[in-house]
Amino acid sequence: MQWETVIGLEIHAQLATRSKIFSGASTAYGAEPNTQACAVDLGLPGVLPVVNEQAIAMAVRFGLAIDARITPRSVFARKNYFYPDLPKGYQISQYEAPIVAQGRITIDVDGAQKTINITRAHLEEDAGKSLHEDFHGASGIDLNRAGTPLLEIVSEPEMRSAAEAAAYMREIHRLVRYLGICDGNMQEGSFRCDANVSVRPLGQQAFGTRAEIKNLNSFRFIERAIEFEVVRQIELIENGGKVVQETRLYDPDKDETRPLRSKEDAHDYRYFPDPDLLPVAVSADYIESIRATLPELPRAKLTRFVNEFELSQEDATLLANDLETANYFEQAIASRPGQAKQTANWLSGELFAALNRDNLAIAASPIKPTQLGQLVERIVDGTLSGKLAKQVFATMWSSGRDADDIIAAEGLRQVSDTHLIEVAVRDILAQNPEQVEQLRAGKDKVLGFLVGQVMKKTGGKANPALVNQLIKAALAN
Amino acid sequence: MAISNDEVTAMARLARLAIDPDDIPGYAEQLSGILAFVARMDEVDTQSVEPLAHPLDLSARLRPDQVTESDQRDLFQSIAPEVERGLYLVPKVIE
Repeated sequence: MQWETVIGLEIHAQLATRSKIFSGASTAYGAEPNTQACAVDLGLPGVLPVVNEQAIAMAVRFGLAIDARITPRSVFARKNYFYPDLPKGYQISQYEAPIVAQGRITIDVDGAQKTINITRAHLEEDAGKSLHEDFHGASGIDLNRAGTPLLEIVSEPEMRSAAEAAAYMREIHRLVRYLGICDGNMQEGSFRCDANVSVRPLGQQAFGTRAEIKNLNSFRFIERAIEFEVVRQIELIENGGKVVQETRLYDPDKDETRPLRSKEDAHDYRYFPDPDLLPVAVSADYIESIRATLPELPRAKLTRFVNEFELSQEDATLLANDLETANYFEQAIASRPGQAKQTANWLSGELFAALNRDNLAIAASPIKPTQLGQLVERIVDGTLSGKLAKQVFATMWSSGRDADDIIAAEGLRQVSDTHLIEVAVRDILAQNPEQVEQLRAGKDKVLGFLVGQVMKKTGGKANPALVNQLIKAALAN
Repeated sequence: MAISNDEVTAMARLARLAIDPDDIPGYAEQLSGILAFVARMDEVDTQSVEPLAHPLDLSARLRPDQVTESDQRDLFQSIAPEVERGLYLVPKVIE
């Protein structure tokens, strides 16, 4: 039988606010345990939550970027369950009136585009962390993360393969970083994903029973976990079994999913509007004021890079993938739009390699965008050969100086003076009569050797194209 | 709409309430009585009424995104049953 895979994703993006969603405690990552958990986060008696205006602004920003409906009066609700990292016994979330509803995003899979509908995106508070190791039979609880704002982004079950699910996750990841609403750091848990996966006979309308896979904190894991889960469900059904609705955990070490909570413990969250919080009103004027601050979105930027600078799809994708890189590129070519292609090459080649080697973000690059632009200009105008340019680049990287400054100080200017090169060519040809004969006899390989000798004689500064040309001219006489 | 004994048991478990089994029929009857009272609302036509999310017909005041809290861990942990290395200790939970 032919099977069809059906996937819906729930992405949790931690919003990049300074303080928590309902309290004035810091959200900074990595602090000593419980030093950023205040009375509100701990759910001590008598405290009241007050909504952080930035969390609302960021949610609206996201909603506008996915062309969604912004709910004029959204409501916070209590989701009730007991777990030690949830001190109040309920999580403040949104249920019936989420702030963002009915959006959509376009993904690319194997060169084709597909639109995935986004059911909703709602605000909620993150829980604390449980540490299970090393406490002589007890669990340790760190509540620093409790109350960190989350935007939970829920897609329609419209993805049909693990590759589509990963493409969707990447697209949302890129978007939240462009919008500046989430740092996207998956190692630190700022961007997490749960996948609802089911299978059905191809052509059947009704959905199969789904399993929810948790703990998908990388693009690679989401693909592998879904691939494993699909095979498991198909084998189960084909052997006469039934998929049970359950939560499963992906274990990257064993590359498998396994049940997390049994059906018996299926949660009944008993949502109800939180009496501590009034509905949040978002006016049309406010929405327009947020819309005015939206940056150019990734897809629009990519298209513009291709059209305006005649970059290949690959180059444009690489540059538009994150906003910092895109901004760096645009600044580098701001006054030199004619050299976009060469600048893109230097950026994705030498600059990325150096950044990787020294483990630096592009914003911290010792070579500033306009400096890279000047270096590329000196290649384009013939001042530097590719080889000399690499030398200048290395000096720029370690010193932060401008290319022109280094070229002048170290005399690295490529020699394009025909007369000087002619002299060198004449000398080299006179010293290598044997090779000259071979070249005249049609052994073209020898040309490379002779060019190399001239380059050596001129200290690597001769323009290699010119050397080539002059050797050929000398032999033609 | 009547609440069954099983529903009372389920609700008590979800709320982590220990109840005497002998009291369950009594709770079922009382809770059913509350629902019957509220069910009288069904007789009223509420088609054109916007549901209220909160008894106060107001909107939330928001706070600026500023860190205003300082570290009071020692104070908060002075009332905790058990702490170690800055962590609250609880009976082992593992999923």
